[in-house]
Amino acid sequence: MSITDVVNSSFVKWMDTPAGERDIVVSSRIRLARNINMIPFPHLLDQVNGEKCIEQIKNAWQKSPASSVLASMDMISFDQLPALERQILAEKHLISPLHAESDSPFRGVLVNSEGYLSAMINEEDHLRIQCLLPGLKLSDCYMRVQELDNEFENSLEYAFDENRGYLTACPTNVGTGMRASVMMHLPAIQMTGQLNQIIQNIAQLGLVVRGLYGEGSEAIGNFFQISNQITLGQTEEDIYNYLHTISEQIAEQEKLLRERLEKDLKYQLEDKIGRSYGILSNARVITANEALTLFSDVRLGVDMGILKGINIFSLNELMVEVKPAHMQKRTGKEMDAIERDIKRAEVIKKKLGTISE
Amino acid sequence: MYCEECKKRSATVHLTQVFNGQKTESHLCEECASQKSGFMFDPANKFSIPNLLGGMFGSSYSVQGMPALALQSICPNCGMRYMDIRQAGKLGCSECYKVFNQELEAPLRRIHGNSQHLGKIPLRGGEKVIIRRQIEKLKNQLQEAVRAEEYEKAAEIRDSVKEMESKLL
Repeated sequence: MSITDVVNSSFVKWMDTPAGERDIVVSSRIRLARNINMIPFPHLLDQVNGEKCIEQIKNAWQKSPASSVLASMDMISFDQLPALERQILAEKHLISPLHAESDSPFRGVLVNSEGYLSAMINEEDHLRIQCLLPGLKLSDCYMRVQELDNEFENSLEYAFDENRGYLTACPTNVGTGMRASVMMHLPAIQMTGQLNQIIQNIAQLGLVVRGLYGEGSEAIGNFFQISNQITLGQTEEDIYNYLHTISEQIAEQEKLLRERLEKDLKYQLEDKIGRSYGILSNARVITANEALTLFSDVRLGVDMGILKGINIFSLNELMVEVKPAHMQKRTGKEMDAIERDIKRAEVIKKKLGTISE
Repeated sequence: MYCEECKKRSATVHLTQVFNGQKTESHLCEECASQKSGFMFDPANKFSIPNLLGGMFGSSYSVQGMPALALQSICPNCGMRYMDIRQAGKLGCSECYKVFNQELEAPLRRIHGNSQHLGKIPLRGGEKVIIRRQIEKLKNQLQEAVRAEEYEKAAEIRDSVKEMESKLL
């Protein structure tokens, strides 16, 4: 399966929430930043070093043994991948929005067929290897990403220092080069006004809270990404185990608040969820932000058994399908904002219509 | 939205003033806002990420203990000076970490509360580091064995430490 297949498929592994599992932690991600020794970091790459860099990575990929994880991935450089398709990969969370912006021949990506492993080439570092899985699975992510890291290392000479660890362009990533994060859906914490307090407490614990699309993005639809800030002076296991524990505690808090909402404000809650579902399944024009906000209510309704017959997988899929690049790909033409809002309403209506029967 | 005063630049300052319970709102660009309200905006001092990160590398005033010369020294591999690194908030290449090792100590402590790597070590180029860590571990075991008066075990550990140390030479 090639990158084009991944682009065209609506399925990516992280969407596949195991049935019956409480859907508070949507997905887990581990990312490793790696650089090649002596080659200037991406922000300083010139023609010669840029070619050398992508050549070495390509070589590592081509020479990897057939049974390896690396060999099961597909690689493409960004001068070969149209902007729309790059944007689609970003909307699927396989690359960062920032990475998608450039069409430099030195930039590129490696993706596996189910889309849970990917490696960005020459984003902020020469390599950013990531694993993205549904649910709270940080140690699983680490195992997989570590395997891929070892395979790269067979042919690449990494920039490493005994005292500083893996050397990265930005000193905030040096050491393990690892960023572990979990995506959580926290509507009850938000509704009960406890979010700010939790965000403050998390910051004191050395963790960061971000929006749906990582760095610099807003928190829309009650989705929050929580990740480690410190990368130096701790082992990889310590970092993700810590995040795991904190995530479990936040999820537990969300669960308690959901139960309390159900007990104290049953009618108001069911009303809110029902109205949101009603708007989503009947709207003719809808903006992305409105849709994402309403998805959050519907998701909560599904999790709590208030809305029957809809599965979380379809909601995950829908969240990505209503993004601009995905819709443009579907209609095959560029659309202005209004056309997009009309099309979005149509896509949602159709999907909710088929999945709730 | 354009600035209400000059109608040229985009309005980035939203000023709300309350006089005797009367609220007025104005939307201005930074330049007009500083003229109108006397509020100083320093364009060179925005909270952009590179600026904030740059700040972590130390202030632009000479810091005690940091030789002024360091600002001028150049990484022979990529040509970055410490000044450039501070400005960009990014290092230039793997060699920068060696060249500016001393200068980086304080910023790394500020960012991570720590400056010594404890995590994974690459197999390639990291062989010696791995051996050194193993030796350290063995030495700890050795001390424990001595403390527990298990001298035979201690002798065994001592021998393996010696063997490993010979690999480092």
